[in-house]
Amino acid sequence: MLEQQLFNALSLGCVYALFALGFTLVFGVLGVINLSHGAVFMVGAYAALEFITRLHAPLWAAILFAFAFSGAVGVLIDRLVLRPLRARGAPHLIPMIATIGLGLAMNSLVQGLFGAENQRFPSDILPDRAITFAGVSVTVLELGIILVSFALMTVLLYTLKRTQIGRALRAIAESPKAAGLLGINVEGLFMVTSLVAAGLGGVSGVLIGLYSNALFPLMGQPVMHKGIAVIILGGMGDIRGAMLAGLFLGFAEVLSVAYIGSTMRDAVAFGLLFLVLLVRPKGLFGSVQERKV
Amino acid sequence: MGLMDSFDNFWSIYSNLVLSLGTASLLALSIYLTLSCGMLAMANAAFMGIGAYASALLTMNAGAPFPVAIAGGMAAPAVVALLIGLPTLRLSGVYLAMATLAFGEVVRIVILNTEDLTGGALGLNGIPQSTQWWHVLLALLVTLGVLARLRRSKIGRAFEAIKEDETAAGLMGIDVTAHKMLAFVLGGAIAGLAGTLNAHLTFFIGPNEYGFDRGVEILTMTILGGINSLFGPVVGAVIITLLPELLRGLKDYRAVFNGLILVVIVLFLPKGLWDPAAVRRRLGLGAKEAAR
Repeated sequence: MLEQQLFNALSLGCVYALFALGFTLVFGVLGVINLSHGAVFMVGAYAALEFITRLHAPLWAAILFAFAFSGAVGVLIDRLVLRPLRARGAPHLIPMIATIGLGLAMNSLVQGLFGAENQRFPSDILPDRAITFAGVSVTVLELGIILVSFALMTVLLYTLKRTQIGRALRAIAESPKAAGLLGINVEGLFMVTSLVAAGLGGVSGVLIGLYSNALFPLMGQPVMHKGIAVIILGGMGDIRGAMLAGLFLGFAEVLSVAYIGSTMRDAVAFGLLFLVLLVRPKGLFGSVQERKV
Repeated sequence: MGLMDSFDNFWSIYSNLVLSLGTASLLALSIYLTLSCGMLAMANAAFMGIGAYASALLTMNAGAPFPVAIAGGMAAPAVVALLIGLPTLRLSGVYLAMATLAFGEVVRIVILNTEDLTGGALGLNGIPQSTQWWHVLLALLVTLGVLARLRRSKIGRAFEAIKEDETAAGLMGIDVTAHKMLAFVLGGAIAGLAGTLNAHLTFFIGPNEYGFDRGVEILTMTILGGINSLFGPVVGAVIITLLPELLRGLKDYRAVFNGLILVVIVLFLPKGLWDPAAVRRRLGLGAKEAAR
């Protein structure tokens, strides 16, 4: 029984981590809390659903399509909204407010187009047979979510630490101006980051849509609220921290349901966030410098 | 007589809308206070909810007279603001915004799960409709008066100094924490006042009225109007409240416009619609040209 609980916690934690990876990437590079990420996530799920129902496409193709579609939305957001704000040198809360408006517009646009009621992926798209392994039953989907999230984290970390693009991105995170003077194509990399982060958001939308078996226009909001908790616990902009904090939240929620009861499950994330901020104002794994005079 | 009749007719249809202009203005002013002190605190919807529930429980369960309910509806969120302000106001920038957002979610979930007291997801039904038009008007005028007085006082100048540069303000001998706390607690009390008046106007309250979306709406009103004067938030509140009525024909797509308007303002009107400096500049320019 405990093994099953722990496994459920692992897959739930990976779900949170999956969402938080793109969310924290945008903050780390662009320095923006992108509160439209929940809407981008939802757009990815709907894009995949349309792709599957209209073209009878297989799931892997739909996931690629969701990446491309959400990624394009992310690039548009960067070009049309975030870039002009950067050019003006707006203080960092201003882009956040703009992304709130974007999220609201996208959510209600999808609600107008597809209706507010729940939609589902066709049930035959995934084998629902569970594999039993050492007394723990594991579905293909859960296994997929766990593998995908760890693989993505590894790829992102490797790219950031070991490749030329990663070095350039880290230089931008330190100071976009200095990076520009060093000959780094700052705007180009901002665009790539927006594409990848939004694309990851879309992919996690598909996976979480499958996991919870429900697509609705506001599906991104609760996930984003928890994503906020995750990236703050993990330290803003920290890829490894987002992964750890996502897992941490998954375990905290599953164990609190098992031992306290399910009514307060949703309060766990925010209660934890509150407590952590009390003790460590910059997050559990965070190391942001305070301004020194 | 005909005029009176048509006014009565207008009032019976639109009185709730007119009065909600007042409560929306109060909400916009409540977040203006923290913004004018340089803090983006997103707890105002939660404070509004705490005020609404506290006052509704006072009138419904304890049979308290309306003035007592108003006092309770303002005091409850103020006390909560004081308690959560101690840890959260140390946070800066986005961390404060996120922590206050998280607090709002906790409040909503607690209301949802304390069914015996708050009715849970079903909300509270049958709140006496005690709010009169002059209550709302008086509340708005008193709030505007207090805030106008505050703006011109030493405290108001301290707020401005903290907004411009917290570190420098601290070095000048301003007690940064105390001033931030004052803005936060007073903002909470004003939001609670709006929640109280609103709850005793609409007969029904539920937990989802005070969630993330409401918080965003409050912020939108104030940013739209601009925070460089007291009129800005009121102008923003009036526009955002009337907009859904004007866009009624768009039905499901109404919120698309609300969202896009927010984006457009941030992009093209960084100081909001009501920017006294810009107005003065324009008038000043006009005067000079007239003199020539």
